[in-house]
Amino acid sequence: MSDAQMTTRAKDKSRWERFRESDFFYAFKRSPIALVSFTVVCILVLSAVFAPLIAPTNPFDPASLNLMNGFTAPMEPNAFTQETFLMGTDDQGRDVFSTILYGMRISLFVGVSAVLFAMVLGIILGLIAGYFGGWAETIIMRFADVQLTFPSILVAMLIFGIAKGFTPVEYRDQMAIWVLILAIGLSDWVQFARVVRGATLVEKSKDYVAAARLIGRSPWAIMIKHILPNALSPVLVIATISLALAIIAEATLSFLGVGAPPTQPSLGTLIRIGQGFLFSGEWWILFFPACTLLALALSVNLLGDWLRDALNPRLR
Amino acid sequence: MTTPVLSIRNLSVEIPTRQGIVKPVDGVSYDISEGEILGVVGESGAGKSMAGNAVIGLLNAPAHISGGEIWLNGVRIDPLKGEEMRKLRGKEIGMIFQDPLTSLNPLLTVGDQLAETMLTHLPISRKEAAERAVAALEEVGIPGAAERIDSYPHEFSGGMRQRVVIALALCAEPSLVIADEPTTALDVSVQAQIISLLKRLCRERGTAVMLITHDMGVIAEAADRVAVMYAGRLAELGNVRDVLTQPRHPYTHGLMASTPLASEGQKRLHQIPGAMPRLQHMPNGCAFHPRCPKVQKRCSHDPLPPMAEGRAACWSPLLAEAVE
Repeated sequence: MSDAQMTTRAKDKSRWERFRESDFFYAFKRSPIALVSFTVVCILVLSAVFAPLIAPTNPFDPASLNLMNGFTAPMEPNAFTQETFLMGTDDQGRDVFSTILYGMRISLFVGVSAVLFAMVLGIILGLIAGYFGGWAETIIMRFADVQLTFPSILVAMLIFGIAKGFTPVEYRDQMAIWVLILAIGLSDWVQFARVVRGATLVEKSKDYVAAARLIGRSPWAIMIKHILPNALSPVLVIATISLALAIIAEATLSFLGVGAPPTQPSLGTLIRIGQGFLFSGEWWILFFPACTLLALALSVNLLGDWLRDALNPRLR
Repeated sequence: MTTPVLSIRNLSVEIPTRQGIVKPVDGVSYDISEGEILGVVGESGAGKSMAGNAVIGLLNAPAHISGGEIWLNGVRIDPLKGEEMRKLRGKEIGMIFQDPLTSLNPLLTVGDQLAETMLTHLPISRKEAAERAVAALEEVGIPGAAERIDSYPHEFSGGMRQRVVIALALCAEPSLVIADEPTTALDVSVQAQIISLLKRLCRERGTAVMLITHDMGVIAEAADRVAVMYAGRLAELGNVRDVLTQPRHPYTHGLMASTPLASEGQKRLHQIPGAMPRLQHMPNGCAFHPRCPKVQKRCSHDPLPPMAEGRAACWSPLLAEAVE
């Protein structure tokens, strides 16, 4: 955001022109990794968003399923129905390509929502800890330290388990996605809080914050208007990298069978289903969802890495 | 006589530390009248900025005001808390900081920052605030103010940025401006411009100024009266001409002698032997006596003589006082 505003003569140019002339955009154009990973992310996200338009079948509409199509290998006509499928079909005759598109929707939705939730929570707690200090800081940061001593997947499973215990049985499948978001978000807020607290401590000591205090702005106004925008670029980087981690965490939970239910399969659920057929020769049921997950997580991660380098002037 | 804009009476600031309580400001009193510039000088750590921070109520804990009174336009402000204090000091006190790099928010345009300050305290509309912001920039001598209003702080040079900071300090029409080393971070040619700008604007508006600096040249240039501080106490207070040409306190004399003058060429610079005492280990009596060339026996134990305008807190002042 700050880089987009870097070029001079702010008034004469549109936001887009300023962005195109920025160092940020220049660095982006010059980095093959950034270009490739950005393209891959865009393709995957767009195909997930427009899954109903792209997917040849709706794998969750029982009317479109034909059990005779089960276990069709990729690009080979089915022995009974003569239909061919790009990535084959699973045991129930669902088109693997379509299930991946729909599964990616759930994976991305859970990942993005969980990161947004963690980000908002972490920013608020980090600002409070950094700006007010004292006992508020002690409580928040010690809690964060304690949480960091557990593997986050364990924390997520714990929260998932507790939340599931509170949901009535008939709503469990519907609520599973939201519980998943809550669990991953709560296991992930710590790094946001730490980074925001650190940046807040730095910004708080600067004179413009003293000036804002002097003119009588309230602590919240100072935090939101003055400190937060100046602390946002590391948050952006962490959010991107967390997105990759959240997608993997969701897949892990689903793979372990505590995440997305088979009625709303995410990539992790698809992999779990697929691994049952790995040793009986139907490799494609596992292979294609796993590749998609790999491509998605890797490209988001690379993009995050690049973003960290691009936004940190010390590494340039 | 009219009430002074700012009146500090016997102000003390304390910081509790593990080695005991230290007093970075100890029993300081001075007044600043309308349109007057009071220079506060002293070495680093003399307590000059601490006194300024006490006035604006921005002492960082655990530092706190432990004694004395601060009066602003006839209202006692040191016991005020929270909302009242915020309203009053924001409206009546403007602040100019040392480093123009950090005293402007890098992500807001200068126009936004000016408008924010004015909207907080003046009953004006957003549109009026925008117009006034342009006028404020023009007044501090920024060419093409109407276009520069949408620029970000990094697009200005150091001197220009300090002009923006001055505009920011004055835009809510405060009655007192505290300038904490406003020229220290600037190069010499820009320093003179900034000082004369500050002087002119405050004269025109009748704003009282507390000019905190360690630069005797800046004091000579801008101030009407001078308060010399040493180790948290007032060493000398008086008219700028008297203090600079005929210093009474040996410390002021030493400070004056240590100021480099271009005209004196290669002569070795005078220095005051020793260093300022650490606040945890303050000597008894006069804090300056271990370094004083005119030290007497009583200096090391007797409390200092009372201070007044045109006097020095010293048992052996350099100038025999006319009226005793």
